[in-house]
Amino acid sequence: MARVVFPSNLMNYTNGISEVEVSCSTFRELVRQLNNLYPGIGDDLRKSAVAIDGQIYQDAWFEKIGPTSEVFFMQRIEGG
Amino acid sequence: MAEAVREFTAIGTRPIRPDGVEKVTGKANFGADFSLPGMLYGKVLRSPYAHARVKGIDLSEAKAMEGVFSVITSADFPKENPSDMSCNILAREKVLYHGHALAAVAARSQSIAEEAINSIKVEYEVLQPVLSADAALAEDAPLVDENLRTNGDESFMPSNVAATVHYERGDVDKGFEKADYIVEEEYRIPSAHQGYIEPHACVADVNEKGRASVWCCTQGAFEVRNYISEVLQKKISDIKVTPSEIGGGFGGKTVVYVEPVAVRLSELAGRPVKMVMNREEVFRATGPCSATVCRVKVGANKDGIITAAKAWMAYEAGAFPGSPVTPGCMSIFAPYDLKNFVIDGLDVLVNKPKVAAYRAPGAPQSMHAMESAVDELARKLNMDPIDLRLKNAADEGTEAPYGPKYPAIGLVECLKAAKVHPNYVNKPAKDVGRGVAVGFWFNIGMQSSAEIWVAPNGAVTIMEGSPDIGGSRASMCLMAAETLGIPYDSINAVIGDTESTGFCNLTGGSRTTFATGLAVVRACEDVIAECKRRAAMTWDLDTEQVDWENGFAVPRPGVNIEAEPLSFAELAKTAGRTGGPLVGRASVNAQGAGACFSVNWTDVTVDRDTGKVDVQAFTAVQDAGRAIHPSYVEGQMQGGAVQGIGWALNEEYIYDDNGVLENASFLDYRIPVASDVPMIDCQIVEVPNPSHPYGVRGVGETPIVAPLAATANAVREVLGFRINDLPMSPPRVLEALDNAS
Amino acid sequence: MSKVHVELNVNGQPEEVLCEPQQSLLDLLRDELHLTGTKEGCGTGDCGACTVLMDERLVCSCLVLAPEANGKKVVTVEGIADQNGLHVVQQKLLEHAALQCGVCTPGFVVAAKALLDKNPDPDETTIRYWLAGNLCRCTGYDKIIRAVQDAAQELKATTTS
Repeated sequence: MARVVFPSNLMNYTNGISEVEVSCSTFRELVRQLNNLYPGIGDDLRKSAVAIDGQIYQDAWFEKIGPTSEVFFMQRIEGG
Repeated sequence: MAEAVREFTAIGTRPIRPDGVEKVTGKANFGADFSLPGMLYGKVLRSPYAHARVKGIDLSEAKAMEGVFSVITSADFPKENPSDMSCNILAREKVLYHGHALAAVAARSQSIAEEAINSIKVEYEVLQPVLSADAALAEDAPLVDENLRTNGDESFMPSNVAATVHYERGDVDKGFEKADYIVEEEYRIPSAHQGYIEPHACVADVNEKGRASVWCCTQGAFEVRNYISEVLQKKISDIKVTPSEIGGGFGGKTVVYVEPVAVRLSELAGRPVKMVMNREEVFRATGPCSATVCRVKVGANKDGIITAAKAWMAYEAGAFPGSPVTPGCMSIFAPYDLKNFVIDGLDVLVNKPKVAAYRAPGAPQSMHAMESAVDELARKLNMDPIDLRLKNAADEGTEAPYGPKYPAIGLVECLKAAKVHPNYVNKPAKDVGRGVAVGFWFNIGMQSSAEIWVAPNGAVTIMEGSPDIGGSRASMCLMAAETLGIPYDSINAVIGDTESTGFCNLTGGSRTTFATGLAVVRACEDVIAECKRRAAMTWDLDTEQVDWENGFAVPRPGVNIEAEPLSFAELAKTAGRTGGPLVGRASVNAQGAGACFSVNWTDVTVDRDTGKVDVQAFTAVQDAGRAIHPSYVEGQMQGGAVQGIGWALNEEYIYDDNGVLENASFLDYRIPVASDVPMIDCQIVEVPNPSHPYGVRGVGETPIVAPLAATANAVREVLGFRINDLPMSPPRVLEALDNAS
Repeated sequence: MSKVHVELNVNGQPEEVLCEPQQSLLDLLRDELHLTGTKEGCGTGDCGACTVLMDERLVCSCLVLAPEANGKKVVTVEGIADQNGLHVVQQKLLEHAALQCGVCTPGFVVAAKALLDKNPDPDETTIRYWLAGNLCRCTGYDKIIRAVQDAAQELKATTTS
């Protein structure tokens, strides 16, 4: 099961839970599952950046997620 | 300056930029240099109050004036659900800062436009302004926005706190129990301005069918197109934006101020409209960056291992939500491998201009606090500040404070390079203080497109969409030269408008050489694939039987054929016969930008009679992943260092009690001049980024981060005590000296 | 408001312009003669982007009224290179990558050339103080100073050889 961690700004969807374990194979599938678990979170997840196993994606979609993956949702970084 | 080992032909060399001659002869066209026949001049009316309700605007005199063609207010913008940007460009019910625009005119001449602006009568109900984060957080504070609820949570009462941010790991209380030394301090930094030398400028021309053409100086033409579309609710396909050369941005030209206004004025006037801000308007109504309050508590055991850290920070957003407090929180502990920490941040509204991104937005302020505190820890531990950082440094596999494990990063390499650098080994003279600090920025990738067009003589044009703000055309040409195996001089890079190249995000986030560079490399590979196909046809081989080596198509080893290698120029020359012109294209959404770390140190003296701090020496060590054009990498490091020095020593927004900016000129808002600073020595460290074919990391933003604390730590060393707040300008230093004696 | 007749020489060419009495020399150059190489960064004489030579003296053209330029010889950035190509200052700025955005460069070109015309062998401090009236926000000045030092060396080499 992949370990999924939320930043504080998304925890209003998760009743304050910061971490869950999800079984999925792609980012798209992960978002779908999380949106079933926490209705409404999907849109904000899609607008977030995400780190999958250390690699940061500003826009993830087809990226693979393995059974031991660590997935951190993060606020998108904008630059100057 | 140390050079990396060279394994490339073009990359790592320092040729002259392709747009250079135009820029030293005055032929390059910047924002204000463009004109059209019949063009009008636009001018904006700005609020004389920091906070007021607009009871009425009388435009009648302006509208009746000879030579005035159009006059607008926010009533001439779409009425429903205006974005913050729309309300910032032209105020609605309230003006929210001194200098907030609320009406605009277009007239035959600048002087008529000015006269028309002066004739507009506005009735205000003046309200009490909120002028600092402290004031905004006070229980009975006036509200900047009466409808604002923290984090959009309707269960809260309205307040000036737009958002809260929180990160934590481990158990800080237990961590502090294990600490032998603890430093706890508060640091304040006022707003600074990006200070680009070229004011915002544009020309807009709307035709009879409502199609808008806009010429402007911007970090991103496609973003300008989006913003105009959003603010005016115009179709994207009805807007064409052509980026001019850009005279500096540093984040300040990632947003728009005058462009939608000029478009609306032109639409109503039926003529092109030019708008150019003056310097005072730039200071009063654009940029700046957040003023901040940061409290940091750090503890370490006697071996120098940081056992716990705690941070609280409030970032002023200006009149609308959106300070970079989140990256401030994410970056504050980024250089360290911490097991126990808590970070809290607030995005706070005040009656000041809406902040804009400024080079590594959010990081310089929070990291100034941490790097100052770590310096104090090193003193308590009697430990070399680089050694202390090495003991706690984040490295590949370390969990970043914002969650994920770092891939390959170059912090440890930079610290080690600094430790043995001659400038660090040589100890400073008596009365000279040295300060060390590290810097960090995330870097981003995002979307870029590139096309490659090959002329019959083998000359290559790169068409791309990243405004060249610091020599990026040269980097694109170098990467293309390396990939194609052809001479740098045969390549030119052109920045297209929104209709002549594919979509491209803005020049910012240190993404251009990384992401647009990736698109250019991929587009070159597309051309190479076509070259191989043409060579295969020529030789009656399969494409898989052809290789590309140093600019030549060659039969793959083992392929039994007598064939002279075909050069790129030869393939270009015969392209007409083999299937038509050679072109290539690529688009990317580049991921894995790769974080960039730096180490800076500076030697300073302080004149105890005048309070003036003099920077005697400054050295910057930074991981570039791979330096494509080392001179422009050094240029980023040197320019960022001097901006950081300016911020540390002089630059600040000074407001009076009514929220009027008192130093809205380059005379009074003093950025460093040539005689203020020494040479900035650079060492480029190269820890290649695995996500880029040549290992590029962005380098543009990290350089401004470390100089604030490096300078503060150096002043601390000379004075024997610390000045927590920036800037350490002569009056502040004198006051601190008085208080200390 | 009646216009003022101004005759001046710009980059070796005689020019005749009708301008408003309050118009600056900078506006005359940019708006009337379409010489947009000279830039406006502040309009208050603080940034040096509008630096030109007027009768061989460096001035901020934003602080000179156009009528004041009557009868004067003005040299702008467009008049620095000649038929032999770039001036050595321009060439060295390019070789040293001493510009990033390039908007301050015209002012630096004019000011640095004026320095070397006056003082062929300036030390670093002299160069820094001479150029202190020209703001650059991108480079941190390092490469600009080195370029001017290199230009001075090269000028010396060509005049002594």
